[in-house]
Amino acid sequence: MLRLVIRRLLQLIPTLFGLSVLLFLWLNKLPGGPAAAMLGERATPEAKARVEAALGLDQPLWVQYGRFLGRLVKGDLGTSSQTGQPVLDELVLRFPATVELGLSAILIAIVVGIPLGYFAARRRGSWLDVTAVSGSLLGICIPVFFLAFLLRMVFSVHLGWFPAFGRQSTGINATEVTGFFVLDGILTGEFDAAWDAINHLVLPALALSSIPLAIIVRMTRASVLEVLGEDYVRTAESKGLSNSVVRVRHVLRNALLPVVTAIGLLTGGLLSGAVLTESVFSFGGIGSFLKTAIDARDYPVLVGFIMFIAMTYVVINLIVDLAYSVIDPRVRVH
Amino acid sequence: MSTKTDKIDRLAELTARSETSTGASLWVEAFRRLRSSKMAIIGACVIALFVALAIVGPWLAPYSAEAQTWRNEVFRNQGIFVGPRAENWFGLDHLGRDEFSRFLVGARQTLLVGVVATLLGFTVGALLGGLSGAALTLGGRVGRRIDTVVMRFIDMMLALPSLLLAVSVAAVLGQSLTTVMIAVGVVQIPIFARLLRGAMLAQGGSDYVLAARALGVRKRRIVFSQILPNSLSPVIVQATLCLATAIIEAAALSYLGLGNPDPAVPEWGVMLAQSQEFFDAAPMLAVYPALGIIITALGFTLLGEAMREALDPKLRS
Repeated sequence: MLRLVIRRLLQLIPTLFGLSVLLFLWLNKLPGGPAAAMLGERATPEAKARVEAALGLDQPLWVQYGRFLGRLVKGDLGTSSQTGQPVLDELVLRFPATVELGLSAILIAIVVGIPLGYFAARRRGSWLDVTAVSGSLLGICIPVFFLAFLLRMVFSVHLGWFPAFGRQSTGINATEVTGFFVLDGILTGEFDAAWDAINHLVLPALALSSIPLAIIVRMTRASVLEVLGEDYVRTAESKGLSNSVVRVRHVLRNALLPVVTAIGLLTGGLLSGAVLTESVFSFGGIGSFLKTAIDARDYPVLVGFIMFIAMTYVVINLIVDLAYSVIDPRVRVH
Repeated sequence: MSTKTDKIDRLAELTARSETSTGASLWVEAFRRLRSSKMAIIGACVIALFVALAIVGPWLAPYSAEAQTWRNEVFRNQGIFVGPRAENWFGLDHLGRDEFSRFLVGARQTLLVGVVATLLGFTVGALLGGLSGAALTLGGRVGRRIDTVVMRFIDMMLALPSLLLAVSVAAVLGQSLTTVMIAVGVVQIPIFARLLRGAMLAQGGSDYVLAARALGVRKRRIVFSQILPNSLSPVIVQATLCLATAIIEAAALSYLGLGNPDPAVPEWGVMLAQSQEFFDAAPMLAVYPALGIIITALGFTLLGEAMREALDPKLRS
């Protein structure tokens, strides 16, 4: 197990190295080069030359790349041109919000999706099945940000059930411990703050969960249908095992394996979705930060974000693989 | 029985079998099953309607999509949007343009974005995946090395959330319709590459490949005339599904401000993105293009899923 973890982490190195080369080339390919990108389009040639000299942009490319890589290794992702703060600090500050949102969305998707997929498969052709299948089709085909706007309009502007934006109401005076507002509220005993944070999470998490939910429902349904036809299920039933034992131990356990893999693969899509949902609800995570960075052409933030996300993505996939080998003893980890 | 006659017997057996299960008959059978699938019929009808709209839409449009014909009226109204009425079926947008005309003209751009992006992703992805799969099947150290290099590259692309990849491409190329097409297409490259490589590897282990190899067919011929054609069906299914995602993803890019800024060629994604600003005042301006996108995406998804079922060897009778 430990060897697997070490090996997978070592595999990260060539991927990140390649990414850094691509990102470096990308920065150089930006219209007008990195200096213009930093100074904006209206920079004078003199100012450009000064910045280029200061940044070492007059050096040969490979020297520049060496410096770029050296800074990356030290965790120096540059300074955000919007806030003037180090990019890494900005990302770390906003990361809990996105994790909180992403986890809530995945939680909704799992808690609703797996039972729904399961019962849709058990009652194939029933109205439940038809609803689940068509609902999941719709979930994949509806643009996430449109759904987010729709939810906001109906449940917050018209019905007023949930707050329309942000992570916290202005009146709430919460103590910040971890940056995860729900967890903070529970830890410090400020349950009103936790409840407030949950209220703020509902709509964005619902919007964000649409695609994972659709995928989980479909995968669970297909997988359960396949397992139900397996010989070992018939054997278990004919042995006279109780329905619940067959259901849990034989059907669900085997059917959930591909679903677990799918959940791991959803992370990337979840991050893309978070960028869109967060900016609709002005939810202060890295997603909405990225949206403003795109609008402001804040390239250091884009580069930092990409490296940060690539690492997170690989680590999450590693965790999924490990979880897989725990759930399914047949999977040999090499 | 001599080895020679044995060989001829097997050859005969193989050719006999190939008559019933060649690539062509797989497709014929799949097509027959598609025709009897309700999902496929609905999907195909939606797509046909969409394509027809894309072709004739710009001619059907009653007004210019670009001209701000009712500009003065909209500004006089001060924030109250003009809804559907006899001359403007879908109402007016924020600049006094006829929403219905823009919707009709937009269909063509939307189709164009989806098709060009998917073609790009399909072509490059299939080339990379095919190269990787062929190199691995042909074997040797060089083959494995090629596969490793290509796959590392693909893994790198997969390590980025698709939207971010598209944003990076768009940042270099600037804001235009071509950018959106390329950005969305690039995101699909790793999907097609992995899929084709995986399918080729799976086919490589099948009995007919073993048989062909035993008969002494050259490896290269096996790869290109047997493994490759047989591996294409999942890739084609994916292409259909990708047409749906491409249109949705293009809308997301437009929302992030990277879409086509040209007002003369409205695109549903851009229309949807632009109308978000007035969403609370005039939600219908967002609903028309959104419905267009959703219904079209549903059409492609339905057809793709039906094709997947029709081509699934496990479900073949």
